[in-house]
Amino acid sequence: MITFSSFPAPPQDNYTFGVQQSPGLDNDVEMDLNLDDDEFESSGRRLTYPGEAITSSQAFMRGHGTYVDHEEVIASVSGTVERVNKLISVRAIRTRYNPEVGDLIVGRITEVQPRRWKVDANSRQDAVLMLSSVNLPGGVQRRKLESDELQMRTFFEEGDLLVAEVQAFFADGAMSLHTRSLKYGKLRNGQLVTVPPALIRRLKSHFLTLPCGVDLILGLNGYIWISKHVKQSEQEGEEGFDAEAVYSNRNDEIDDATRSAVSRVSNIIRVLATHFVPLTDSILLNAYEWAVEQEGDVKDLLQEDIVRCVLLCNNDNSVYEV
Amino acid sequence: MSSRVEILNDGGYRSDGRKQYELRDIVIDLSQRGTADGSASITHGLTEVLVEVFGPREAKVRAQTMHDRALINVEVNIVPFSTGERRKRSRGDKRILELGSTIKSTFEPVVQTSLYPRSEIDIFVHVLQQDGGLLQASINASTLALISAGIPLHDFVCAVTGGVHSTAPMLDLTTLEENDIPHVTVAVMPKTKKVTLVTMETRLHVDRFGDIFKLACEAGQVIHKEMKRAVSERTQKLVTAMEMGPRVVPSADVGDRDAMIDDLNDY
Repeated sequence: MITFSSFPAPPQDNYTFGVQQSPGLDNDVEMDLNLDDDEFESSGRRLTYPGEAITSSQAFMRGHGTYVDHEEVIASVSGTVERVNKLISVRAIRTRYNPEVGDLIVGRITEVQPRRWKVDANSRQDAVLMLSSVNLPGGVQRRKLESDELQMRTFFEEGDLLVAEVQAFFADGAMSLHTRSLKYGKLRNGQLVTVPPALIRRLKSHFLTLPCGVDLILGLNGYIWISKHVKQSEQEGEEGFDAEAVYSNRNDEIDDATRSAVSRVSNIIRVLATHFVPLTDSILLNAYEWAVEQEGDVKDLLQEDIVRCVLLCNNDNSVYEV
Repeated sequence: MSSRVEILNDGGYRSDGRKQYELRDIVIDLSQRGTADGSASITHGLTEVLVEVFGPREAKVRAQTMHDRALINVEVNIVPFSTGERRKRSRGDKRILELGSTIKSTFEPVVQTSLYPRSEIDIFVHVLQQDGGLLQASINASTLALISAGIPLHDFVCAVTGGVHSTAPMLDLTTLEENDIPHVTVAVMPKTKKVTLVTMETRLHVDRFGDIFKLACEAGQVIHKEMKRAVSERTQKLVTAMEMGPRVVPSADVGDRDAMIDDLNDY
């Protein structure tokens, strides 16, 4: 499913149902799925819609996006059918973020409650950030005193943006976050862009630095933070690192060049997102280089004819890349 | 009949030139609107309804949250210019509240709410133009908006209005016809052939009910076909767009992509 332009694209037939991967799988079962596969075989995927029967429940297990009725596995969302051995699931093409442990997300504080913050993370419920799962400034150990419960608003206030990791789930499916790394914490010096979560793939690192002096944080929940580049020497625990600035509410000085770079990148992301193009660093860079070459105004990027060029320039570049 | 307009003339045509069982034109638009998770607009002839769906998301009113399933919240907004005589309805209008609660109870058995405990799904219905079949259009548009928001449903819900003129049953009534003849709105789930809503505001002879009901169920299948096509097209386009991004293609395809991007602009 995941393809990076820097890697050769995997052969398409990896995802057709005809490929037998489990030696234990019954041949009859195989036939069953292939019955109505003619139209899907060529493109390597099968699309479905709510209420469509996918296969019989005798031979397959139902996964997300499906339900069983009269011994049939039926799709409940519209999207692509995925199969792992005997598990059939349907991935909705456009939906809210489904959290998984270890995901990096960008969120916004919506509420301060006793010993916890509520965080909007574009998911089905607000996430929870416990006071015990944040780093205190200067890395001091928290002593469980009432005084720091009363000081919670000095760390995060309603409306603050933060980057965090999904730590665990509660019984009702709500997620619990943590910011116990120097990379995580409050966000400053930048701009937030929201895209559909499906467009953000899992990457090795979700902290990108573009050569134009812009840092990107691609939250898996579809929230993207675009900010001024922070020098290596001022990051996490190095000499110039200012521990007190971690929870600061003040932006640093940002020069005009950086400001236009940030807004150019954010406009490019918006353009790509409206056309449902998944985001990768190489696509962003191609588009950025193209945008700089055009010497147009930053806001012109959102005009219809230029939008088309942004998309096309990417295709051309990727053709020449390999 | 004492009506001023002829509902059904001798040639078997209705006032807008349709036959008895003929449905009006259906136009479906599933393009993305603003920050909504899913949105759809549907046009049945001159009736136009736009629905936006938000969620599942954190419930706004904590007292209303349910620990085992999601709350469905429907709000209807009828714009003042939607009818011939311009008239502003307040939000607390009883008719609007009733319409909202009808839509809500139609979808409660269809949406798999148990997957989203403590959440809320908001359905905002905007009626832009009215020419009969308000409920049917609202339900159809809500189905499409829920699907485009990726909310799990057991099936589509397809609604249609049926009426009877003396003994002749008719489908998909306009305002003119709704004012004159008894009618009933039926919402069906086409796959399982279950009915999630039957409602009428006028009195209808019991002998006629069976015919109209059956007819409306069949018409639901026709509407289902249209809705299914729109949904499949949208899914296809989005999936294609997603694959278009990072994959490297031979340069010969670039021309085709131009055309593809043209198509994509609607989505």
